[in-house]
Formats: sequence, C-alpha cells, structure tokens
Amino acid sequence: MSTALAETEETVEKRADDLAPVQEMVLACIQCGTCTGSCPNAFAMDRTPRQMWRLVLTGRKEAIFSSQTFSLCSACYQCTLRCPRGLPLTEAIGRLKQIAAKERLPRYKKSTRFYESFISSVRRHGKVREMEFMTLYFLSMKNPFLPLKFSSLGVRLMGRGKVSLQVPSRGKRPLEYLFKKVEEMEADG
Amino acid sequence: MKYLYYPGCSLEGTAAEYDISTRAFLEAAGVELTELEDWTCCGASAAEAVSELLSYALPARNLALAEKMSQDSDLLVPCSACYLNLKKVEVKAKEKAAFREKINRILAEEDLLIRGKTRVRHLLDVVSRDLGAERIKKHVTRSLEGLTIAPYYGCQCLRPYRVFDDPEAPQSMAPLIEATGAAVHPWDMGARCCGASHMSTKQEVALELVGAILKAARGADAVATVCPMCQMNLEAYQAKVSENIGEAANITIVYLPQLLGLAMGLSEKDVRLDLNLAVDPAFRTKLP
Repeated sequence: MSTALAETEETVEKRADDLAPVQEMVLACIQCGTCTGSCPNAFAMDRTPRQMWRLVLTGRKEAIFSSQTFSLCSACYQCTLRCPRGLPLTEAIGRLKQIAAKERLPRYKKSTRFYESFISSVRRHGKVREMEFMTLYFLSMKNPFLPLKFSSLGVRLMGRGKVSLQVPSRGKRPLEYLFKKVEEMEADG
Repeated sequence: MKYLYYPGCSLEGTAAEYDISTRAFLEAAGVELTELEDWTCCGASAAEAVSELLSYALPARNLALAEKMSQDSDLLVPCSACYLNLKKVEVKAKEKAAFREKINRILAEEDLLIRGKTRVRHLLDVVSRDLGAERIKKHVTRSLEGLTIAPYYGCQCLRPYRVFDDPEAPQSMAPLIEATGAAVHPWDMGARCCGASHMSTKQEVALELVGAILKAARGADAVATVCPMCQMNLEAYQAKVSENIGEAANITIVYLPQLLGLAMGLSEKDVRLDLNLAVDPAFRTKLP
C-alpha cells in the first residue's frame, strides 16, 4: 500500500470519529422532511436537508462531504424550531462545517477561508476589523478578480467613513491567551 | 431603566448608525446605558464554523466582563448575531455546571469567571417589553403619519430561543411602528432569512432570498430592521436584485431606533440617516 493511500484512509477514519457526535445529535430523526420544507436555502441544495441527515446517520461521509448542502445553511434556525423531534439541527450543521474547516476540504474553500479570515482578524485585535478581514480573505483565496466583486460596496462604505483601508497589522492580541487555551483543550480532547 | 451595553464589532464599523441611533433614541426615552468595558468579538457566525469551544469561549468572556461590572444585570445587545451567541452561552451556563467549569478554565487565565447571572437582552426585547409602545407614544413629537413601514425581524433575535416574540409570526415591532403614527405594511416576510454571510460567499443564493423580501416590501415606504447583517443585505444589493428580478427593488432600509428616534423629534443627523446605503428621496420628502 502506498503512503498516500494510507494517509487517505487515515483521514477517512478520522472523519468517521468526528461524525459520531453529529450522528448522536440526530439519532431520533424520523425522516419527516420538516427541515427541508422549512429551509430557505433548500432550493439551491444538491441534496435536501432530510437526505443529508439520512447520510449522516448511515455514516456516508463521502456523500456528505461531496455535497454543498450543509455549507448552504445560513443559520436561520427555522428547522431547529420546527423539528418535531426537537433535534438541534442547526448546531449539528455547525459541527459538519467544523469538520470541513478542520480538514481543509477544497470544496468548501470559499466559506472556510471566509470564516477563518474573520477569526484571524479577531485573534489579532480582539474585535473584527472589517476591511482587514476582507483583505485577509482576498489574500487567502489568491484570486486577483475576487476583490472586484466587492469594490463598489467598499467604495460606498468608505465614502461614508464606515470602513477604511487597513493593511493586516499586528496588534496587542488581547485574546491570544483564549485562543491558545481553546487549542490546547481541543488537542487534549 | 439601566442596562449594560454590548455594541459588537459591526456597530463600530459598517453599522455605525445603528450604534449612534440606539444610544440617541434610548437616551431620549430615558434609558441609561453603560458600555461593557473591554468587550471583544462574540465570534459572529464565523467561530461556530471553525471551532465549537471557541464559539462558546468568545461570548463567555463578555458575559464574564458583565458579571465583573455588575453581579446581576441585563446586557442589551442590538446585533442579532451577537445576541444569539451571547444568549447561547447564558443558557448553557445557567443549565450546566460542567459547561461553566470548562469555560472558566479558559477564562481563569485572565482572572475572569462566569456564574450565569447576566441576562442577555436583544434591543427589540427591551424596547418592546421594558419600554413599550405606550411610553414611546408619549415621547412622539413628530408623527410619522402617512408613512408605511415593513417590520423586518430576521432570524436570530427570534430563533431558536423563544424569548419575547412568536418566532414564526413575530408581532413585537407592530405596536412600536404604530406608536410613531406610521402604518404597518402587511406582509409575512418579517421572519424570513436574508441569507446572512452567503451574500459574500454564495451571492446568487442570498440574492434570491433578498429579492423575495424586497419584492414583498413593495408598497411600503421603508423596511425597519434590528440587525446589522439584515440591514446590509437588504440595503446594499438593491441594484443587483433589481437586475435579477427584472423590476425596481429600491426601497429605504432603516434601523428601528432610527425610525423611533425620528418620531421622537431627533434630527436626521442625530440618527445618522446619511450613513444608510438605501434612503429613497421619496422617503425623505414624506418625513414630516
């Protein structure tokens, strides 16, 4: 067996471990489809939320992480509110997003990098600096045309003095201890 | 009435007018705010997508700061995303000793501690229940009669926690709008999602959601919001939405405290209407 293949299998197994707590959260799912009927983003999904929960319960990791469904959740909590079994569905989707971020799955690069850039700005300053966050996002995406999509809004916001050009900067890092401690505790499991 | 105040990051930047108008309106209504000292980011929707523990630790630090300032207080939060993140930790900290213990192990490095004493309150909760439409009516010096306002609540101040309003068919803004003399636009889009951060990462999806909301708002003179993310999504992409739906989707989008402030005699400058991205000239003309 080649090393590359061994690593792949290890990754898949790791993902199965990560999936276990999510499976537990939706164990009582009766496949009624209320989540699908309540989801404002269902129209754009390749698999419905109901189908995705079935894939989670049957441990179909490849299918879950080749679909855009969980990354299309905008956290409106409509499904969580309406689920007749009272399952924490939005929270469970958050866990799937965390797995995708942790494994740096390329399919979710846009959302993952967006969130990570935000958090990185928070880690530097304790608060998010909106222009710095967007600059970090553009840099991480390495797409020279991406900033153009946002330029007209950026100009309107700058015109009102709401944002200013900010080069990613070093700060006092008031939350560094908190981030470090969280990482330490997560590593310990 | 006294509250601790957590503005959140957006209110120091793209939503500056939400911060300014909230402070000005509440002061005019006799409410006293004390800003939370040394507050930091709540994690927004980003922390949950990166790490579960981080998504609790970031808001928890702010609740610990609130407890340090006052043993037992109400923390007023205008941003719905901040509100929900802080609320989640409040609820978990009240329910579970193990959760408090875990979080306190992190906060101990800064000599902070959460006991689960702070009550997290959304601005709309405080305005609709503590202040109330009747009291606001007494402060109204400039009736907004002739204007029709569409109340837009968004998601996270309503769901998943059922605190001050019906999470499916919210009503709390209606009496407040009526107190100003304005009429309430009849619609059922007030609790529909605006797409949140999809506007940056999956824009075509968010534009669909915003398109449906703006279309349903036709007939109103303005939409009133209580969240900086909703406000931005509804006001900043109207040209693209118009192109998408093939008809003009332009409409004024204001924060609720701006509207209430105007009715209470504050000037456009006091509530910084100049900072909004979508204010229709017709809206200004109709303002008495």
